[in-house]
Amino acid sequence: MHQNVLRGAPLAKRMWADRWIYLFLLPTLVLVGAFTIYPVIASIWFSLLDWNGFERAGAFIGLGNYCELIADPLFWNAFKNTIVFLLLAVPLRVGIALVLAIVLNAHFPLVRVFRTAIFLPVVTTAAIVGVVMRYVLDPTGGPLNIALLNSGLLGQPLNFLGTAGLALYSAVGIWVWKWLGITLIYWLAALQTIPRDLYEAAALDGANAWDRFASITLPLLTPFTIIITLITVIEATNVFDLMLTLTGGGPFYATEVIDIFVYRQAFTSNVPRLGYASAAAIFFGLSFIVLASLQLIVLRKVRARRSH
Amino acid sequence: MNLVATRRRPQGWSILRYLALGALCLAWIYPFLWLVSASLKTPIEIFAKGLNLLPDTPVWENYVRAWGQAGFSTYMLNTVIVTVGTVAVVVFHTALTGYVLGRYDFVGRKLVIGILAATLVVPAGLTIIPIVDLVSALGLLNGHWGIILALAGSGQSAAILLYAGYFRGLPRELEEAATMDGAGFLRIFFNVMMPLAGPVTATVTVLTFLAAWNAFLIPLVFTFGTPGLRTLPVGMLAFVGTNETDWSGMAAAATISLLPVIVFFFFVQRYFVEGIAGAVKA
Repeated sequence: MHQNVLRGAPLAKRMWADRWIYLFLLPTLVLVGAFTIYPVIASIWFSLLDWNGFERAGAFIGLGNYCELIADPLFWNAFKNTIVFLLLAVPLRVGIALVLAIVLNAHFPLVRVFRTAIFLPVVTTAAIVGVVMRYVLDPTGGPLNIALLNSGLLGQPLNFLGTAGLALYSAVGIWVWKWLGITLIYWLAALQTIPRDLYEAAALDGANAWDRFASITLPLLTPFTIIITLITVIEATNVFDLMLTLTGGGPFYATEVIDIFVYRQAFTSNVPRLGYASAAAIFFGLSFIVLASLQLIVLRKVRARRSH
Repeated sequence: MNLVATRRRPQGWSILRYLALGALCLAWIYPFLWLVSASLKTPIEIFAKGLNLLPDTPVWENYVRAWGQAGFSTYMLNTVIVTVGTVAVVVFHTALTGYVLGRYDFVGRKLVIGILAATLVVPAGLTIIPIVDLVSALGLLNGHWGIILALAGSGQSAAILLYAGYFRGLPRELEEAATMDGAGFLRIFFNVMMPLAGPVTATVTVLTFLAAWNAFLIPLVFTFGTPGLRTLPVGMLAFVGTNETDWSGMAAAATISLLPVIVFFFFVQRYFVEGIAGAVKA
């Protein structure tokens, strides 16, 4: 890397000599500043306001929004739905993708076709898939219900998205279907880092397929497991596109996750509540960071104890 | 003896594997096949034919209705403008930043890297309200630029990392030779470095193209007051909001919206898969 030739020189002089560098950074810094850093800071400020968005500025009410949130059953409902979604969807997506990756991490005819087919939904627009799935899962004319009825698996059609007790699980299923291919690619990349001669040596020692999986594949995949799970968790908190178009948060708020709650408060209620919506987003963001850190600490402790 | 045994076992397993994988892949692509089929049927036919995908005679009129009356020609144009604009802005600013971060040491370098890393974990739901407020204050809500800048300004750290990693690996002699020829900072970048970064530019273009084409939240809230600026997914939601029972119209509109990304993906599959696989290995 290039060191500045004026290393010992005064700061201003060094920075002036590097003026081209700062000019190159300018577009990114302006864009990231305006559309990521400023919004985060502004959200914190907005969350302290009672503001309907029609007036230029809101009234400062301190922690009033947060107090209201803690007592709002619909906020806790959205919080719960987000967590349930995470706890179901992440292990399903990561687990199924791992099994598939192990099967598809081989050379046999059509393997590329299989990989491409599983990957196809990933590139499609989540918001359009959400709309289309309303029709695919429709109880009267949707192909899924027709197939289940024809095969005798169901006696009468299921209203997958219109039943409060079922809609969230249907959404989990569609989300896993939609994004499985990307996790599959992650796992395939991870599997390719394991040297083949390890398996050959183990096979010579008489290890069967399960032994090889448990004592070679799994331990060597651990660092990837953590990264892939982390990426998937972050993606699972970001299901706005699919959920808004699939169910809009309904029926009766049964699939209202945090993002939909924030959107409803800020943009689609009769009187927008920008301050309240910001407070909800920040409250959830902070609790999420706390939960994630706790999880990491526990994980480390468990592992430290195991290695003793 | 041993050879025969090892050869025979994979064969039974192989048939089972093909059956399982075939069924799985059918489940994965069936919704798209159903969609194309429904887009070529009359609404009555969709219900009457059940799982039979073949229409009696293809009803192309569904496409005419979606493209014209339902406004999908406008939505398509808007999506193309927003996508091309976003790709151009993203390639421009991430290449510049990736170049200086990858090749130069300067005062504040660590700070810039820290800021970019921190933006990786910021959820979209947290930033959307101030973004709308800001873009509206700048007077950009009634054109494509507002959407383009907002899309290009959030979540581009991965592209910057790709460029920085690539530029770091290029040999130092390149600049030395160019400097001997009298090239300055700008000319070295545009005439020597950028042409060499073609593979990264391809990956960044592909990833940004898909992200911009599929973007939903920002185009949705930016076009509440300007239906003429709706992109395809936003138009799709509006269409089924008012024509819920028009199954064939919905199917034709969705096919129009999805076909470009799917075709695009088949052409550039390699760059895409390499791009995301590289992210996890790093």
